[in-house]
Amino acid sequence: MASKVIHALYNDDDLLMQAVKQTREKKYHIEEVYTPFPVHGLDKVMGLEPTRIAITSFMYGLVGLAVAITMMNFIMIEDWPQDIGGKPSFSYIENMPAFVPIMFELTVFFAAHLMVITFYMRSKLWPFKKAENPDVRTTDDHFLMAVDAGANNLEEMSKFFYDTGAVEISIVESEDDH
Amino acid sequence: MIRDRAVTPFTKKIYGILSFGWSGRAKDWQRFEEVSLVLAGLATPLVLSVHTIVSFDFATSVIPGWHTTIFPPYFVAGAVFSGFAMVNTLLIVMRKVSNLENYITIQHIELMNIVIMVTGSIVGVAYITELFIAWYSGVEYEQYAFLNRATGPYWWAYWAMMSCNVFSPQFMWFKKLRTSIMFSFFISIVVNIGMWFERFVIIVTSLHRDYLPSSWTMFSPTFVDIGIFIGTIGFFFVLFLLYARTFPVIAQAEVKSILKGSGAKYKKLRAEHGDGAKHYDAVVRSPRSNTNDDHNPMVNADAMLDTELQKDKVDSLLRKLGSFDPATQTADDLKKISGVGPVMEQKLHQLGIYTYDQVSKMDDADYDLLDDIIGEFPGRAKRDDWAGQASNLKNN
Repeated sequence: MASKVIHALYNDDDLLMQAVKQTREKKYHIEEVYTPFPVHGLDKVMGLEPTRIAITSFMYGLVGLAVAITMMNFIMIEDWPQDIGGKPSFSYIENMPAFVPIMFELTVFFAAHLMVITFYMRSKLWPFKKAENPDVRTTDDHFLMAVDAGANNLEEMSKFFYDTGAVEISIVESEDDH
Repeated sequence: MIRDRAVTPFTKKIYGILSFGWSGRAKDWQRFEEVSLVLAGLATPLVLSVHTIVSFDFATSVIPGWHTTIFPPYFVAGAVFSGFAMVNTLLIVMRKVSNLENYITIQHIELMNIVIMVTGSIVGVAYITELFIAWYSGVEYEQYAFLNRATGPYWWAYWAMMSCNVFSPQFMWFKKLRTSIMFSFFISIVVNIGMWFERFVIIVTSLHRDYLPSSWTMFSPTFVDIGIFIGTIGFFFVLFLLYARTFPVIAQAEVKSILKGSGAKYKKLRAEHGDGAKHYDAVVRSPRSNTNDDHNPMVNADAMLDTELQKDKVDSLLRKLGSFDPATQTADDLKKISGVGPVMEQKLHQLGIYTYDQVSKMDDADYDLLDDIIGEFPGRAKRDDWAGQASNLKNN
């Protein structure tokens, strides 16, 4: 069954924040908010969970560090020990200071790159992906709140959004993919 | 966003591919902010480590002039120093070319200049420390290397480095000079040249005379050396100009997020009402007023009122001032109020304001509304005290 979604368009971020608060108080279900720039505090007002992407970054960093340690141990200690400048290859721990730059660089390399790739995958962004913002103005100077109409009275809802200061309200049949 | 503003299908396509299907969802922005923060946090120690480790490459060698422990902090300060100078060079040009004077202000350039001055002085301290340590070490090879730098055949490179990097940034102590665009540009070029000489001094003068006097020689660049030098400059400018040509040089989403708070209108608002001032018009409307028919019949200003909200405000204004009824009242000559001309009178008439009595009831909030709608002489009504004048005229 195709459900109806109300798109309320705002032209001010403070107004949007106020509207999101009021909408949540009314117990309407906000599907999504599209904004042209990061509106600070919007995620909290919408009730979004804090993002865990920084934690993944930390874990990727640990992976990078582990890779660097294993790699340097294999290359410099096990596979091809060398006497460099009168400093022979003793054991990993004794030669470790020379490997610190590599350990640091690989930690940063893994943390940064894998975090960005995770971000792309979680937010479903890649080249040739089609943009999904319902109105092109939402990347310029408008803010769009998509609210699930559910079983509510549409007339009543659009009046409510008009009162929250929306400059434009439209009702669209949502695609059935979610 | 450029993708959604692109005009031709081709640019739309290209920017569409490059924007990865960005839709600006609240969750995407939340992650975006977090990723930016973490990347910035990772990049900062990376800068320090890169320059420190590059300097280790020199410092672990046995070449006099390279074998110095001051190198790591010296290279980091030098990197910040030359980096800021190069950014200043490009920024001042881009600012002019792209008309970004309102975004990149004199204050930005001034602060950049202060960083150049401070890091330039740190670099200067490092140069002098090098000399001191060479003398203090008692190693004659070290001592000779630095004596040779300053007074040998490459004395000009050394003193060019010294004057460009240490002496020239000291002009930035003067506020007049560091707030001058032309002078900042000039100094940034001088520093770029100076930092090139620093690399020249470190590499060429340390190598041209080594432990074996029979191998002493002068440096003469081959066509490969010159080619690499020109090639890197060319490669940089190709990418830089291509970027500047294709993308906004200032991140638009970042500017938008502070545009309101830093805009003139809101600064004024905050100055008047404090930091907690609401930056939006409070919307208090009953659904009934959504229909068009209820507005005051004396208002004929559809050309001036572009939103229902403004119409509502004019309605409430007239409720306060009293509505003019042509059947029982006669219109006053509003032109007698100083500051009201024929055009302004006509506009007031359009808004349903015809009598001194109505004008005399206006207060500052109403003036603001008039300014907002008519917008011809903002602040005029308040300055000329229309209400006061009107109540005088009314009583005569």
